[in-house]
Amino acid sequence: MAGPINWLSQIGSITKFGLMSLPQRRGAVAATVIGIAGVVAVLVSVLSIAAGFRQAMAVSGSPDGAIVLRSGANTEMVSGFGRNETRVIADAPGVARNAQGPLASAELFVIIDLPKRTTGMDANVPLRGVEPAALLVRDNLKIVSGRMFDWGKDEVIVGRGAAQEFAGLDVGSKMKVGRYEWPVVGVFAANGAAAESEIWTDAKVLQAAYNRGDSFQSVSVRLNSPGAFQEFKDSLTSNPQLSVKVVRQSDYYADQSETLTRLITTLGFLIAFLMAIGAVFGALNTMYSAVAARTREIATLRALGFGGSAVVVSLMLESLLLALVGGVIGGTLAYAAFNNFHTSTMNWQSFSQITFAFRVTPELLVRGVVWAAVIGLIGGLFPAIRAARLSIAVALREL
Amino acid sequence: MLGRWSIEFTRKCVRPFHHSITPSLHHPVFPVKFFHLIWCNLKRKKLRTSLTLLSIVVAFILFGFLSAIQQALVGGVEMAGADRLSVRQKVSIINLLPISYEARIERIPGVDFATHQTWFGGIYQDPKNFFMQNPVEPEKFFKIHPEIILPPEQMKAWLATRTGAIVGRRTADRFHWKIGDRIPIQSPIWGADRTWEFDIVGIYDGAKKGTDTTWMLFRYDYFDEARRWGKGQIGWFTIRIKDPSQAAEVAKRVDAEFENSPTETKTEPEGAFIQGYASQIGNIVFIVAAILGMVFFTILLVAGNTMAQAVRERTGELGVLKAIGFTNGQVMALVLAESCLLAVIGGAVGLALARAVTPVVADKLAGLLPMFFLPTHALFTGFSLSVALGLVTGIFPALQAMRLRVADALRRM
Repeated sequence: MAGPINWLSQIGSITKFGLMSLPQRRGAVAATVIGIAGVVAVLVSVLSIAAGFRQAMAVSGSPDGAIVLRSGANTEMVSGFGRNETRVIADAPGVARNAQGPLASAELFVIIDLPKRTTGMDANVPLRGVEPAALLVRDNLKIVSGRMFDWGKDEVIVGRGAAQEFAGLDVGSKMKVGRYEWPVVGVFAANGAAAESEIWTDAKVLQAAYNRGDSFQSVSVRLNSPGAFQEFKDSLTSNPQLSVKVVRQSDYYADQSETLTRLITTLGFLIAFLMAIGAVFGALNTMYSAVAARTREIATLRALGFGGSAVVVSLMLESLLLALVGGVIGGTLAYAAFNNFHTSTMNWQSFSQITFAFRVTPELLVRGVVWAAVIGLIGGLFPAIRAARLSIAVALREL
Repeated sequence: MLGRWSIEFTRKCVRPFHHSITPSLHHPVFPVKFFHLIWCNLKRKKLRTSLTLLSIVVAFILFGFLSAIQQALVGGVEMAGADRLSVRQKVSIINLLPISYEARIERIPGVDFATHQTWFGGIYQDPKNFFMQNPVEPEKFFKIHPEIILPPEQMKAWLATRTGAIVGRRTADRFHWKIGDRIPIQSPIWGADRTWEFDIVGIYDGAKKGTDTTWMLFRYDYFDEARRWGKGQIGWFTIRIKDPSQAAEVAKRVDAEFENSPTETKTEPEGAFIQGYASQIGNIVFIVAAILGMVFFTILLVAGNTMAQAVRERTGELGVLKAIGFTNGQVMALVLAESCLLAVIGGAVGLALARAVTPVVADKLAGLLPMFFLPTHALFTGFSLSVALGLVTGIFPALQAMRLRVADALRRM
């Protein structure tokens, strides 16, 4: 009956009518938009926690970095090596070298109690003893204020995240651990990586303070290239002197982020899904009341020859538009409230605190808007079908 | 604009009143008929009513989850004994304390007795199957934890079996373990090169709903003999004190006893110890809870708006009711009762669903949040909130309805 152009112009004019009547339905419209904004804000905020944590772990692992633990250990906490073993590991094929020797750092990892700035409650903070190559086996590590500690002295440098989260770590102050006092001489940054949650000192000094003799817990190395990993790993695992586990830095950290990411993602989706159901009801209500308020108007249009499909499409467009507005508002709220929000939590694998920032990524925002669109479409579909099926004669009689 | 619907409504629902309107107002049967009228009002736009109802249901399911999360965080603190202190190594809980401290602690005035536990950190099949396993001194452990219940014959079996272990109901159900099973566990901390085998000799229950029954407990003597290193050292002590009001003084005395030794201690009430541990998860859970709370109120706003709108649309009819003899108070009560009924039904269904669903979610989170469940007091809070929702959404339209002048209302028709 009608050509596509005519059909489109029908949709255009019905939609325009619908949008013009929005101010008369302020309450219901606002309720829908707020409801959908809520869903999107929550979805994006909760997932931004997981995204931030995953990101912190992702930047921690360099593709050409590897970490060596004692076989059977899944974290540094429960690993251990003697000096001889760490030497063999550092000299293995595949390890990059510079003028000073192999880029390998044998490290100790202990935990100390420090109060959080926000709550004043004690938290498990990682204290790492490192060797000079430590700054080269990790990416983007640099001192941002103060200076590097002197080797052989009981001085510490603190990660940027740790300095923000925990009390008493300002440059120039002294960090009290048990009966020892460690002067804080500098702050380092590592592009948001896990190392930023740590406090570093000379491994030899830490060995002495903890009566560890000449033992270490892990060896971090930089390889010649990402491809050299297999060669490095094979040479260590086939060495009868050693009983070790060799993992890529990236896999090691990805594994650490798994528990928390899984917990938060499960919770986030569950909550957002429930809310989405609630929001669909809200949208359905709004659109049904929109249809009810415009029964006569729609019937008149139909009597004038407007097609049923044009009515359906334009009502759905209206609902979609409201949903998108809600989605954008929700996404913006989440971004404003949580992007780059710094916090710290327990990393269960290392039993210590990790500081990180929430990240509202573009992908999350897109996902939020997609959810909004789906809610809007579902919320518009049924009322639109009802409007199209309306018996014209009955509807006009209501006049 | 009294539509077709309103006329039909008046015929079906109001007319039964009409014949007996005056006597019925003071008649005991009145509330039943009143209920019929409310029910008719709710039924007239079935779709809108059910959609509103469903969003209230969803809001209260969320409220249930919110309460369960909160319970997971503070539950441990609630269950802490007022007469118990925790003693850990001062630098970090991961550093061990010598077992010889136990006898020294027990000599301190105000201390009834002390016992100890150690973090075993074992893995059953896969690290994802996390649950706590700790070596304990069986008799002292039960003496200090009266909230844990083990049948006496199982206790006897445990004391007779060196490799025996008892496990909480929840973990036993989770892995389908039963008495007599032999459970292999790896411990990266205490010897990665061997598998520890434990014979399940008992399954314990909690005396209260909040008791954590996810732990596995086994004998310290077996543990100390079999471990590769750290012999004679333990993770932390739990002290029972004679008088809970003396907790702070006793804690100070314990720490003073070990001051300036190579292993200094930090002693605090068990509640503070657990709270400190929970606070390490940080504000993430708080943020999730805050978000949930905002959501809850958003949904209620949306539902409340719809309910208020439903009443406003009927201004004319309320005028009719007044014209046929309903008093101001009755009209107000009618409107309020309608919104309350809807809110309470939605709230009750939502809370019931949350109660049914939380155990399923808890199993998914098992180990991570052992105290994740919906406590009974939250059901009461939720129910009160649903009544409040009904009152708040109903009160403005109800006041309007009460003040409505019959002539004005009828003129609008």
